[in-house]
Amino acid sequence: MAATATAGHYVPADPPVYVEGPIRAFAIATTFWGVVGFLVGVVIALQLAFPLLNLDLEWTSFGRLRPVHTSAVIFAFGGNALFLTSLFIVQRTCRARLFGGDDMGWFLFWGYQFVIVMAALGYVLGITQGKEYAEPEWYVDLWLTVVWVFYLIAFGGTITRREEPHIYVANWFFLAFIITVAVLHIGNNISIPVSLGSSMSYSATPGVQGAMIQWWYGHNAVGFFLTAGFLGMMYYLIPKQADRPVYSYRLSIVHFWTLIFLYIWAGPHHLHYTALPDWAQTLGMVFSVMLWMPSWGGMINGLMTLSGAWDKLRTNPSLRFSVAAVGFYGMSTFEGPVMSIKAVNGLSHYTDWTIGHVHSGAMGWVGFISFGALYYLFPVLWKKKAVWSERLISWHFWVATLGIVFYITAMWVSGIMQGLMWRAYDELGFLQYSFVETVEAMHPYYVIRALGGVFYLTGALIMAFNLWKTVTEGEAAEPAPRFAPAHALAAE
Amino acid sequence: MFRWLRDHGVIERNVILMGVLTLLTVSIGGLVQIVPLFALETTIERVQGMRPYTPLEQMGRNIYVREGCYVCHSQMVRPFRDELERYGHYSLAAESMYDHPFQWGSKRSGPDLARVGGRYSDDWHAAHLRSPRAVVPASIMPPYSFLDRPLDYDRVADHLRALRAVGVPYSDEMIANAKADLEVQARPDADAAGLNARYARARQGAFDGDPVRITEMDALVAYLQMLGTLVDFRDVTPAQLRQQ
Repeated sequence: MAATATAGHYVPADPPVYVEGPIRAFAIATTFWGVVGFLVGVVIALQLAFPLLNLDLEWTSFGRLRPVHTSAVIFAFGGNALFLTSLFIVQRTCRARLFGGDDMGWFLFWGYQFVIVMAALGYVLGITQGKEYAEPEWYVDLWLTVVWVFYLIAFGGTITRREEPHIYVANWFFLAFIITVAVLHIGNNISIPVSLGSSMSYSATPGVQGAMIQWWYGHNAVGFFLTAGFLGMMYYLIPKQADRPVYSYRLSIVHFWTLIFLYIWAGPHHLHYTALPDWAQTLGMVFSVMLWMPSWGGMINGLMTLSGAWDKLRTNPSLRFSVAAVGFYGMSTFEGPVMSIKAVNGLSHYTDWTIGHVHSGAMGWVGFISFGALYYLFPVLWKKKAVWSERLISWHFWVATLGIVFYITAMWVSGIMQGLMWRAYDELGFLQYSFVETVEAMHPYYVIRALGGVFYLTGALIMAFNLWKTVTEGEAAEPAPRFAPAHALAAE
Repeated sequence: MFRWLRDHGVIERNVILMGVLTLLTVSIGGLVQIVPLFALETTIERVQGMRPYTPLEQMGRNIYVREGCYVCHSQMVRPFRDELERYGHYSLAAESMYDHPFQWGSKRSGPDLARVGGRYSDDWHAAHLRSPRAVVPASIMPPYSFLDRPLDYDRVADHLRALRAVGVPYSDEMIANAKADLEVQARPDADAAGLNARYARARQGAFDGDPVRITEMDALVAYLQMLGTLVDFRDVTPAQLRQQ
């Protein structure tokens, strides 16, 4: 094959014309839903500090808005980021046009946005399955299944068209994410509608079995949606931005297979000391602790990719997001195994410590790696030289980091404090605190947490402004030969 | 030592193979943890007293789910001394055997509710739901005054039928009488012989304070008031509770 080498990259003489329209749409949607999700998060954080903000309306009560927040950040912000990056990366690393072309891309885009809007409308109106992170009712679940099957076809089909003999490591993770999320989604959402005209259904499994299946799903929504897929991003973005190869190919292989094997076992750590049989709890704990190793293997592989290129952190602020993300990943994947130990979990479970842990992962890892991806991809997708303002990226970075620090330290203190207050005894052997006294003690930390959320949201707004300016006023990139040369367009 | 890794190239060149191996790898843990729960008799204790929810309680439970109560209240008491004293006997698997979906929860922004039944009066619950801070000044719970609207229960039999399809032992008789049983339970002066024959320990009441109108408040309070009351722990022996 005729190929020319430019700046260390092999570029085929006839690069395929990549699908980009729907991918640009996914980039915009990621930014939009990120802001929406963080905003709802700030609102419900303030409701916990100032309950008057529930407004005495059914549609704005905490119980209905909380799934709007979780779904908006996980499935709308995170999901669009995953579609964006997976469909971008699979085309570039396979050097192949998306299977199904623009039509497939647009179907996935609108199909998935429809899932989000239907789910969110349902929550506000009180239509929910009542299972965390699996709240959408049966009709939304069925539609998501259809969209997901096409996603697998588009992604797998693109890989079969590849010009490279090997499938790049980022795509292993994306593939595992797509396959496993399909299994989890179907497994946890089996239910019987009350009638075909009813929006309500009853889940197939009751009580203890239902709990096990829910947390098999729930923990692996973290493991595969929020981890495996985002590791795929890491394996593309960091080498690309640092201009270095992945640190260790062998570590990638070990990292991949051990991570996907071990993660699936970790669910029961959400059910310690419950009516779930002890053997299942113990399995969940042991595998959660083992999971520490592949998690840090991945972190090391990401960070060490920078060896010899650490100076780029100073000059490339979007790389700074990607690398800080891996740092937060390492932190929360250490905290997770600690919290899965039954003795620790006895204190931490049911408290804000869990909320803090989730947010160090979601804001630090998922959020930051996605911001890094957006700052990298916007100029590429809109053919601009660079993001409009590097200064604003730095502002975003520091405001968001400060927000995370406020958030997680407030939750550590309130969580551990509440856990200790619940089990405190006075000198006469009575429980020292009534429940509501422990609620009162949380108030200052809930205010600090909300403030952290405001900082994080402010950062996202700065990003949205910066990206908008990039699209509208950014300096055009010089036409690079690897993006759709004229003769390739003519051949299409 | 890592020579076998060279063979990984075979997997990396074949997307079908990689997909199938991934599927197998991620299936193992779930199968080992989930399948035995359906097969092992020790998963759920054999205790006396568990029965399906009455139609009114089930409709109340649906409101509990609809409003997302589970995001702040657990229904799972752990076997710790302080929880025993604060909430009562630790929760048994049998106590949620008719729960579709389970509502064990994961966060206690408010207290556990697994055994809240009978702890407060109906009036307390209705007043607290309408305006939590009127009853508990430091509470951060949202107000639920809108629950004083009529309960939509025309299709309650369909609900019981769907629950039977997923395994709850509702009899034909229970389904046929669903609507009547619901009305009888919310009207304290109605004849409750049929209701009590079908659902042991079902309690009649004017749960929202109004004995005539049947509201969402009636249903939710009826549900809250039966939580954790079915199993009489004086009858429970250690042998019944032993797992594994």
